[in-house]
Amino acid sequence: MTLLGHLSLWLAFLVGLWGAVTGFAGGLQGRADLQQSARHATVALFGALVVAVISLEVAIFRHDFNIEYVAAYTSRNLPTFYLWSALYAGQKGSLLFWATVLSLFAMLAQLLTSRRHRAYLPYVAGVTCLVATFFVTVLLFAANPFERMAFTPVDGRGMNPQLQNPGMVFHPPMLYLGYISITIPFAFAIAALLSKKLDADWLVAVRKWTLVSWLFLAVGLLLGMWWAYVELGWGGYWAWDPVENAALLPWLVMTAFLHSVMIQEKRGMLKKWNLALIIGAWLLSIFGTFITRSGVIASVHSFTQSSVGYFFLVFLVVAAAASFTLYATRLPLLTAEARLESMVSREASFLFNNLLFIGIAFSVLWGTLFPILSELVQGTKVTVGPPFFNQVNVPLGLALLALTGIGPLIAWRRASMPNLRRQFAVPVTAGVFVFLILMVAGMRDFGALMAVSLGGFVVATVLQEFARGARARHRQFGEPVALAALRLIGRNRRRYGGYIVHLGIVLLFVGFAGMAFKTETQATLRPGESATLKSPYGHVYTLTHLGVSQYHALNREVTAALVDVRRDGKPLGRLKTEKRQHVDAAGNPTFEPSTEVGIRSGLREDLYIVLGGLVDGTEQAVYRFTINPLVWWVWFGGYVLVLGGLIVLWPGGGPQAVKGPRPQAGYAVKLEAER
Amino acid sequence: MSDRVSRRAFLAVGAAAVGAVIQDTVAAGRVYNPRWAGRAQAPITAADNDPGIQAIEKQLKCSCGCGLDIYTCRTTDFSCTYSPGLHKQVLALAEQGKSAQEIIDTFVAQFGQQVLMAPPKRGFNLAGYFVPSLAIIVATAFLVRTLRRWTRAADVAASESAPPPDATPAELERLRRELDRLPG
Repeated sequence: MTLLGHLSLWLAFLVGLWGAVTGFAGGLQGRADLQQSARHATVALFGALVVAVISLEVAIFRHDFNIEYVAAYTSRNLPTFYLWSALYAGQKGSLLFWATVLSLFAMLAQLLTSRRHRAYLPYVAGVTCLVATFFVTVLLFAANPFERMAFTPVDGRGMNPQLQNPGMVFHPPMLYLGYISITIPFAFAIAALLSKKLDADWLVAVRKWTLVSWLFLAVGLLLGMWWAYVELGWGGYWAWDPVENAALLPWLVMTAFLHSVMIQEKRGMLKKWNLALIIGAWLLSIFGTFITRSGVIASVHSFTQSSVGYFFLVFLVVAAAASFTLYATRLPLLTAEARLESMVSREASFLFNNLLFIGIAFSVLWGTLFPILSELVQGTKVTVGPPFFNQVNVPLGLALLALTGIGPLIAWRRASMPNLRRQFAVPVTAGVFVFLILMVAGMRDFGALMAVSLGGFVVATVLQEFARGARARHRQFGEPVALAALRLIGRNRRRYGGYIVHLGIVLLFVGFAGMAFKTETQATLRPGESATLKSPYGHVYTLTHLGVSQYHALNREVTAALVDVRRDGKPLGRLKTEKRQHVDAAGNPTFEPSTEVGIRSGLREDLYIVLGGLVDGTEQAVYRFTINPLVWWVWFGGYVLVLGGLIVLWPGGGPQAVKGPRPQAGYAVKLEAER
Repeated sequence: MSDRVSRRAFLAVGAAAVGAVIQDTVAAGRVYNPRWAGRAQAPITAADNDPGIQAIEKQLKCSCGCGLDIYTCRTTDFSCTYSPGLHKQVLALAEQGKSAQEIIDTFVAQFGQQVLMAPPKRGFNLAGYFVPSLAIIVATAFLVRTLRRWTRAADVAASESAPPPDATPAELERLRRELDRLPG
């Protein structure tokens, strides 16, 4: 199978090169035969890479430990579920997975793009084939997953226990899908620049792809947070690790784009800015890949250090130089069609929103790179950890949350004072009301207080928008209000789906705020002994250690500790937390024992129990008990955000589906002659 | 006969041995294989739960390469061989009567600045803290200035091109109110 894998990689390399050459040449010369060949090349590229993936999976399932990659990341007793995910458990396999998914997106962009955007497609094929060829080049010359060893071990090393979690099966592919699909909007942006067709048309083609990317990246980030919370055992979900930051950066830039693109669509403004954002988002995705795979910045997430980092660095520099040179040559064609009429307008609020998104992205990037900068400038290594990021980003995040509520309340073009008063009255009252209630309840943490109060303001804004829209439909069509609200979403999915995303963001912020009130204690307990822990709501948890049992399961030896949980004396059930010693087929330990957390999740708080270990080999157990308030809201906020994103993404229902010019204001009236 | 007695004695000794093992592993609360549960842990003391000690440890990075602070590492990665030692060092310094800042300074003197979870606010590190804020302030000032220029230009263009409205101020205000009522 390795021969087939090798051959298919070489075939993919040649086909990718051919697709890139014919794509650019076909587009520049307007030759239909070359354009068609480039389109076919994307399909062939996908086919060749799928064969390579199948070859590697077959080798993994056959336990062909003569292949270095198979021996390094799998073992005979690895459960089947994780044999599939071994494809992207290591550097080489994940690069193959990356190239394959990119070729899939390249093919789908050719097949699914509507006819009216056909002019961009040869260039899109050229760019996507070029990027895919780069990844195949890395695979062939620096990280070949089909490399064989001089000997064949009896068993493989197995998969890192922390990767043997359902979250890790889905989190990396989702993140990769987000990262990889940014190439398609980028390819359309380059196509628009090369073809000089820089009207709003390319935006229509690009917006949906950007949304797809944004959504996948959001799901990937959320799944990563969930995995970190349930698997790593440190009781949190975001540690500002360089690799986490690298995934957040393109997401922030794409979110800025999804807002500013509305100004270009409605008013023909910000053309330069929008193109720069798309190019920037893609470059940041490559930068993130460089960070993850080069080992240039220390991170627990990084793959092992290898030479692929140099490939990515060169590619990043060349791609950035080429993209921005092309961009600079087209600047005269990117003049705005309209002018901003007022500082108090939706357009202006979106510009400030963009400023904050890019500001946060910059501060995250700055903090991530600061250790390198410090070493270069002052010769001293420094650590930039969560205290730094929280200090810099919490105020910016709060300002952004405020703008999430302010933006929808301000009219397009120019807002009048009566309009502002009418729009802001209810949301501001709601925000102040929430603030006062929290103050009376005794909340004094400034960040949390502001996050929840601003959350109240944003929720009131969204509800007001829904209520007004539903009432207008009720007046116009006589629909019941509930039905009108549902139809409102259906008829303008983009706008109201966006509001649902805003609700998701509020829930996420409320969840983040909850972490300010985390309480925890450690205890050593013999069977029958109890520890108590007070929650921020004043409840007293009594946690009784029932005992320890040991047993074999799948590919591990398990040490399980059972805890009886009571809140204010009322029994809530039992929680199990484990230590897992993974073993190979011969029963020899493979990795350090890992921890499985016991979690009792609720709307108000999570009880989070970690078994630290045993004292002198007895049933006397060392525990860490933590109460994490409002964590459930982070996951629920994630669902709401994804639901909103899916509504926005769902085909049809948008204003663009309406043929002919849309009235900017007033009433649409059918004239007698039109009937 | 002697054979039978010796078999009985053998069974009795065997039963006694099994009983002793069972008593040792079950009644005394010993687990079957302690190694499966990771490194043996020391019982938690009051000092381990001391919020003051935890606050100090949360400012100091563990040197095992996990990227976590000492407190989080020692209460999360129970196989770490560094954080328990660093924790003991913090406790020892606290027992000597050193203040939180003195303990942190001792660690910085021993391990360098990188032992801190966030760089100290002095020298070049100030750039780390203030460049993002300064960049945002400068960008905001630039944006406000640009917006002002745009809106002024738009006002001039509108006054030059638009004919004077053929309506009274009251009618214009009414129109504005009507437009405001429209969703979107």
